[in-house]
Amino acid sequence: MTDIFSLRDDTPVSELPVSIEEFLGGNATAVRIEVGEDTRQLLPYLDRIALVEVSFPAFTDGRGYSAARILREAGYNAELRAQGDVLLDQIRYMHRCGFDSFAPEKPLKADQVDAVLKRFDAVYQSSMDGQNPVWNLRHGG
Amino acid sequence: MYKYDQYDQSIVDARVAEFRDQVERRLAGEITEDQFKPLRLQNGLYLQLHAYMLRVAIPYGTLNSKQMKMLAHIARKYDRDYGHFTTRQNIQYNWIQLDQTPDLLEELASVEMHAIQTSGNCIRNISSDQYAGAAADEVADPRPWAELLRQWSTFHPEFAHLPRKFKFAVIASEEDRAAMRLHDIGIQLVHNDAGELGARFFVGGGMGRTPMIGPMVRDFVPADDLVSYAEACLRVYNRYGRRDNKYKARIKILVHELGKDEYTRQVEEEFKHIKTLNLDPPKAELERITTFFQDPDYDLSASDDLDLSDPDFAVWVNQNVKAHKQTGYAIANISLKPIGGIPGDASSAQIDVMADLAKDYSFDELRVTHAQNIVLPHVKKSDLYALWQKLDEAELATPNLDLISDMIACPGLDYCSLANARSIPVAQKIATRFADVGKQKELGELKLKISGCINACGHHHAGHIGILGVDRKGVENYQLSLGGSGAEDVSLAKITGPGFDEDGIVDAVEKATNVYLEQREGDERFVDTYRRVGMAPFKEALYD
Ligand code: SF4
Repeated sequence: MTDIFSLRDDTPVSELPVSIEEFLGGNATAVRIEVGEDTRQLLPYLDRIALVEVSFPAFTDGRGYSAARILREAGYNAELRAQGDVLLDQIRYMHRCGFDSFAPEKPLKADQVDAVLKRFDAVYQSSMDGQNPVWNLRHGG
Repeated sequence: MYKYDQYDQSIVDARVAEFRDQVERRLAGEITEDQFKPLRLQNGLYLQLHAYMLRVAIPYGTLNSKQMKMLAHIARKYDRDYGHFTTRQNIQYNWIQLDQTPDLLEELASVEMHAIQTSGNCIRNISSDQYAGAAADEVADPRPWAELLRQWSTFHPEFAHLPRKFKFAVIASEEDRAAMRLHDIGIQLVHNDAGELGARFFVGGGMGRTPMIGPMVRDFVPADDLVSYAEACLRVYNRYGRRDNKYKARIKILVHELGKDEYTRQVEEEFKHIKTLNLDPPKAELERITTFFQDPDYDLSASDDLDLSDPDFAVWVNQNVKAHKQTGYAIANISLKPIGGIPGDASSAQIDVMADLAKDYSFDELRVTHAQNIVLPHVKKSDLYALWQKLDEAELATPNLDLISDMIACPGLDYCSLANARSIPVAQKIATRFADVGKQKELGELKLKISGCINACGHHHAGHIGILGVDRKGVENYQLSLGGSGAEDVSLAKITGPGFDEDGIVDAVEKATNVYLEQREGDERFVDTYRRVGMAPFKEALYD
């Protein structure tokens, strides 16, 4: 199993995530979303979920970013993990969309992740990482 | 002109540092070319046939003389002494060394410029009307809205890996000088009944392999909802746009396959949700940006008279100078289409001259047009003669705006690795065939556009005359099409029939123009005659 790289305070969920179909029909607490699946199917069950794993079969497939945002926008605050072709240079976008744990196929170096996340201290738009966008800062918000 | 504050500057500076780090990792062999490719592409750096090509963003085509000077400096220091202005109102350099790009970007950042999102499957440079702020027919200056969208889309985390590249255009007039409806999202600013300014959204236009004219999905989006509405349009696309086939991945295919009504329904539903998240900027932000786009300090007593006794000057004024909203002022177009030249190319020396002229005669402002020309938007009429003389000295006074030799041509097989055929030599041969200005003027407004492959960077679908280079059994071949338009009378050109070889296409263009001259009625333009008489007489002349 690949190493989990987590930005959370709690320990990563070790339960193996099940498919949406299996999740909807049972009582698992960890679920995996494949690209193309409708994340919104999970919204009625957020209370019982401890982990959502979102698959990135290729880093160029950006559907997982919307999946993450949709979950966070709906108030999900347990572990949200990006799995697959998760590369250093996409981490910042993933983090901004609400991912807080990563299961990259090729391991990431902690110091490099740290540097990437700290690189930009200003952002232009609101997202799910709580960073206040410059258009608020400019107007005292 | 918009001016960066400390936030804008810090974001651009951080990007330069990030790219420097990425290039170092690449040069040190820590990352492979495969891994590096998406990183450089998000930064406008392409690997072309012979070298790296760097595309620099010129947001909504507006820049000042200091920035223009920097573009000349970069051409001189990092390239072969020239730059190429593109149909996206950007500039490209064709001969860049990878190890020098971080320094180059750092120099750009020093004048508030960058290459962010000039390539890759993300939201690209926002384009606009090159006459913004100067045209009498606009309801407002569209550029504050374009700037707001530029900021919103810069490093947008959710939309950094869309199915395909994504292009916005923002205009504010009925006359469409930016091919707005051939963009992924076209926005036209309008007033509602209450007199408030808002955005009319057209989604799913585009050129490429399957050209489409974008349908309107909302007739009025208030300023306060602009960002939320754009997020909704993009989210539906990011989730459901096709990713199985590069040629079906643009939003136009999604809108077409779902149907405009279903796409609109999904967007409205998403919008209703997104609007609850409080993502829109405070009202004061658009107001803040708008203050940067106030009218310059016009001389209100400037005379409207113009001495046209020099016939060469008169020809240039007649063709390249357009009416300005302010009495005593005019819009001067600088053609980058000298007969036999490469459309859109300018030497460092010429770029410097244009920068100086903007400073001296146009309140320090220049525009790049999607037709690959330069505009000095605010010139006092009494300065036009002096301006023209200086342009003429720099070989920048070709009086051919909107005439047949003012053509759009993509780089084609001379530079582009995707090309099937060369565009530039065809453009040069056609221009040379029609070199006589009298002959061109006789033909009137005639928009000729050439693409070197089906990707349509040369906008051939939107040409009154369009030319598409294809590969026919290893030989370059050119398809002719007629009747397109990227303006408010937007339409897609139709193919005439079998293609031609390089010399054959030049003859074919001439034959088509002859049909027009024979058939035209009154002051019909080429495209009007074509629309009235249809394809038949053209076919007959071309293939009999
Ligand atoms: S149309 Fe084709 S040949 Fe021309 S620039 Fe675009 S991709 Fe290259």
